[in-house]
Amino acid sequence: MAETKKIATRESFGLALCELAKEHPEIVVLDADLAAATKTEIFKKAYPDRFFDCGIAEGNMIGVAAGLAACGKVPFAASFAMFATGRAYEQIRNSVGYPHLNVKIAGSHAGITVGEDGATHQCCEDLALMRTIPGMVVLNPADHYEMTEAVKAAYAYNGPVYIRLGRLAIDSFNDPDTYEFQIGKGITLKEGNDVTVIATGLVVNEALKAVKALEAKGINARLINMHTIKPIDKDIIIKAAKETGKIITVEEHNIIGGLGEAVCSVTSENYPVSVTRIGIEDIYGHSGPALGLLAEFGLDAEGLEKRIEEIVKK
Amino acid sequence: MNNQELLELQKNACKVRIHTIEGVFNAKSGHPGGSLSAADVITYLYFKEMNVDPEKPKDPSRDRFVLSKGHCCPALYGALALKGYFSDDEIKVLRHIGAMLQGHPDMKNTPGVDMSSGSLGQGVSAACGMALAAKYDKADYRVYAMLGDGECEEGQVWEAAMFASHYKLDNLCLIVDFNGLQIDGHVNDVAGLEPIDSKFEGFGFEVIKIDGNDFNQIEAAFNKARTIKGKPTVIIAKTIKGKGVSYMENQVGWHGKAPNAEEYKAAMDELNAQLKALEA
Repeated sequence: MAETKKIATRESFGLALCELAKEHPEIVVLDADLAAATKTEIFKKAYPDRFFDCGIAEGNMIGVAAGLAACGKVPFAASFAMFATGRAYEQIRNSVGYPHLNVKIAGSHAGITVGEDGATHQCCEDLALMRTIPGMVVLNPADHYEMTEAVKAAYAYNGPVYIRLGRLAIDSFNDPDTYEFQIGKGITLKEGNDVTVIATGLVVNEALKAVKALEAKGINARLINMHTIKPIDKDIIIKAAKETGKIITVEEHNIIGGLGEAVCSVTSENYPVSVTRIGIEDIYGHSGPALGLLAEFGLDAEGLEKRIEEIVKK
Repeated sequence: MNNQELLELQKNACKVRIHTIEGVFNAKSGHPGGSLSAADVITYLYFKEMNVDPEKPKDPSRDRFVLSKGHCCPALYGALALKGYFSDDEIKVLRHIGAMLQGHPDMKNTPGVDMSSGSLGQGVSAACGMALAAKYDKADYRVYAMLGDGECEEGQVWEAAMFASHYKLDNLCLIVDFNGLQIDGHVNDVAGLEPIDSKFEGFGFEVIKIDGNDFNQIEAAFNKARTIKGKPTVIIAKTIKGKGVSYMENQVGWHGKAPNAEEYKAAMDELNAQLKALEA
């Protein structure tokens, strides 16, 4: 396995776009005055003629992306998750989703790990909002290698895709030599039969550390990395429900409308088991350092280890 | 244009109005007022101005039209049917279950519709994206977008206007169908827009004001717009809401209401008489 390095998925996104753009001249990138933060600036430097800043006007940016797509371009439009999916929700629904245009939307600074900027910028609703749009693919990659492959897969898919990007630099845990990404296919990171933990995005690595630590305590948890929130991998969830019973979901997102509820929909209609949703419990975040917030909200490895143990023993 | 061309445009516009009334009547719902005000400009676009071919509705080099005031699609559908994009029969089942023609334009299923629209303000942004794509591809097609005067109350229109100006989209031509009325009343009473011309000038547009129900003025405006370089153009087309059906003209109540059987007959009699006079 290659040497791991801490890198934010927003940066992985910017790098992946540059790579992909080499071979595909129809790729263009839009941003709403946040290129330095969403890391589309990496693309901007490499391809200044293919980068279009839309200024602080996210609704218009999404509409412009729709028009570009209607003329055969493949636009990647980036902003903070809050503004890309919140401010511009209706533009995404009506100008991109309804005509099923080939627009890729990237929402960076998602979740509470935005940190110090606080609640107004800590978007914990983006996955829920994007899930409600018919035909929208919703991706939440967990590390550098996964993001790299997710960007390629998003390009290869002909239709609207939302990709969630994180601000916080994180360790990579996937092995680039063997890693394979397929939209809608969850990845089992660890086998186990006592309980299944299904995690998504930035907290997958925290969950991985937690389930490894639980081994020593005799708890054998299965861990699934659910990088695609929609279409959700029904098979892997039903199999887990049958084989391990209890399921625990982990997401840096409101427990309403995100991964947890997507998993509940599958279990309740196919093989009902107890599902516990770990995430942001329908409250706003607040200012503070990212890692401190992750710990406060119980989403770091230590907090997850404790919660999972409690749930298994209950 | 010569008299023969003018007469042909007037006849086509009259047929577009007939299609509009037929469609809205059979749907028992829809928006006749703004469709009738916009009918002349839309007719001019499809029968004189735009480089389009109903045999090749997806031709990448074609000119594009975005009806940002999507609720006025009965006029667009009328023009598309007349142009040969689809059968007249489609108009009769407008808004019916299973019909191709939706209550607001649907680009996925309707040949000739270049952009789905209906949520006000959004079409202008899409048109900007199309114009930008033409610049990116160094293609010479032009992009037209029609918006309502009431629609200009949407903030997105002005976001898009700034964008169009910043990127010097001189291949973009907006048309404001300025009929002065919106659902809640006179535009100037609801949320006044004036001075609309200096607003667009301030946003970097070439502004052309015309009577939008006069084909000679419409032609002059589009001809001038094609000569403007380095900035987008907006044509402020002063029109009469409900134009062509006397009892609907300048009546706010006909924004979004279908005529009953008696009203339908009166409207059709009046429009058919206009057509007959033009054909005589």
